[in-house]
Amino acid sequence: MKKVYPDARAALAGLLRDGMTIMSGGFGLCGIPALLIEAIRESGVKDLTVISNNAGIDGVGLGVLLETRQIRKMISSYVGENAEFARQYLAGELEIEFNPQGTLAERIRAGGAGIPAFFTRTGVGTAVAEGKETREFDGEIYVMERGLFADLAIVHAYMGDTEGNLRYRKTARNFNPIMATAAKVTVAQVEHLVKPGEMDPDCIHTPGVFVKRIIQCPPGYEKRIEQRTVRKREPAAAAGEEV
Amino acid sequence: MPWTRDEMAARAARELKDGFYVNLGIGIPTLVANHVPPGINVQLQSENGMLGLGPFPYEGEEDPDLINAGKQTITELPTSSYFDSAQSFAMIRGGHIDLSILGALQVAQNGDLANWMIPGKMVKGMGGAMDLVAGVKRVVVLMEHTAGGKPKLLRRCTLPLTGARVVDLVITDLGVFEIARRGPERMRLIELAPGVTEAEVRARTEADYEVALAGAA
Repeated sequence: MKKVYPDARAALAGLLRDGMTIMSGGFGLCGIPALLIEAIRESGVKDLTVISNNAGIDGVGLGVLLETRQIRKMISSYVGENAEFARQYLAGELEIEFNPQGTLAERIRAGGAGIPAFFTRTGVGTAVAEGKETREFDGEIYVMERGLFADLAIVHAYMGDTEGNLRYRKTARNFNPIMATAAKVTVAQVEHLVKPGEMDPDCIHTPGVFVKRIIQCPPGYEKRIEQRTVRKREPAAAAGEEV
Repeated sequence: MPWTRDEMAARAARELKDGFYVNLGIGIPTLVANHVPPGINVQLQSENGMLGLGPFPYEGEEDPDLINAGKQTITELPTSSYFDSAQSFAMIRGGHIDLSILGALQVAQNGDLANWMIPGKMVKGMGGAMDLVAGVKRVVVLMEHTAGGKPKLLRRCTLPLTGARVVDLVITDLGVFEIARRGPERMRLIELAPGVTEAEVRARTEADYEVALAGAA
């Protein structure tokens, strides 16, 4: 079965419908599938539930789907960087479900691995655990969280082959590999599309079984930087950076 | 004289031990990286999927694929590794990270921590904070002793919690407190900033604490 599509619009054809749930990879603007987000905007599909760690910034990433009001609900861990998000949320136009970041990641991992629920210590004794089942294991209290599975996952990878094998680069990996496993259909955009055999099978992060459709980013595709921070070229540089 | 932000960070850096894997929060905790004592090697973990954080890049060498949890451009080290978000939080939740240093809005005498939302204000989300305090072996809070003149060390947190009984140590501009995470509630004042008196600390603290200063009470 041919997995390669000419562009983002073609790759999403027949997959989009109002009210669907979409997972979108990335952390901040790092490793976001911007071409596929843009094609979702152009399609006009609406009432979306979007599962993504963040919500982009104004006019970039998922920010473009907020501007067009195509998103009804976000499931995220942190959304601080987006004025349009705040406006819609405070006006009651947008629903948000906050998940602790590790719980969000594990819900996605579990969903993709066929695990409907799991227990975690994260959030015990906080609002996150309210109304959820808790259970004691070995003297500790844990809260039950459900796996997540979406209708569609869109991811960004550095390299992919025509079989859908993917490799990510540096911290642009983040949520992409787990989201690729946790949807009925996963569509990947890659910076470099190669033939089978050109990627070392030992260095593939997402095996092709998880990827149904793949497109190559056009030349000049721009990866945005959210916070450009640099040091001076003097010898005594600042020590390690924060997390 | 109360400690400055840099002196607070330097005091927190004394909690680092050789070989530690450490997660630093945004704000004053970031400064801890500048005060790692000589002879101590630590690896910094970033929740977005990296161990072994390097310094900011030189101008012109920024890489959009290489950022920290504050979304700032950084660099890698010979010791660095990358991984996905689920594995990142497996490290955090699974107890493989030795120390987390983070900021707080409020800490209670039983170790409860509030640092993610103020009702009525725009809520941005908890990010990875709830996972960090639930899973990291030792949790150190670095914060100003008061906010707008109001104590931040309380009998009970009034803001929504990030975690219940999760804080081991609190370092403020006035001193250092140790908190028991298990058993009966117990908070102890173990150090004072130079020139700060116990009476001054008492006046600016709502929480009940014992005084256990080295060589004193």
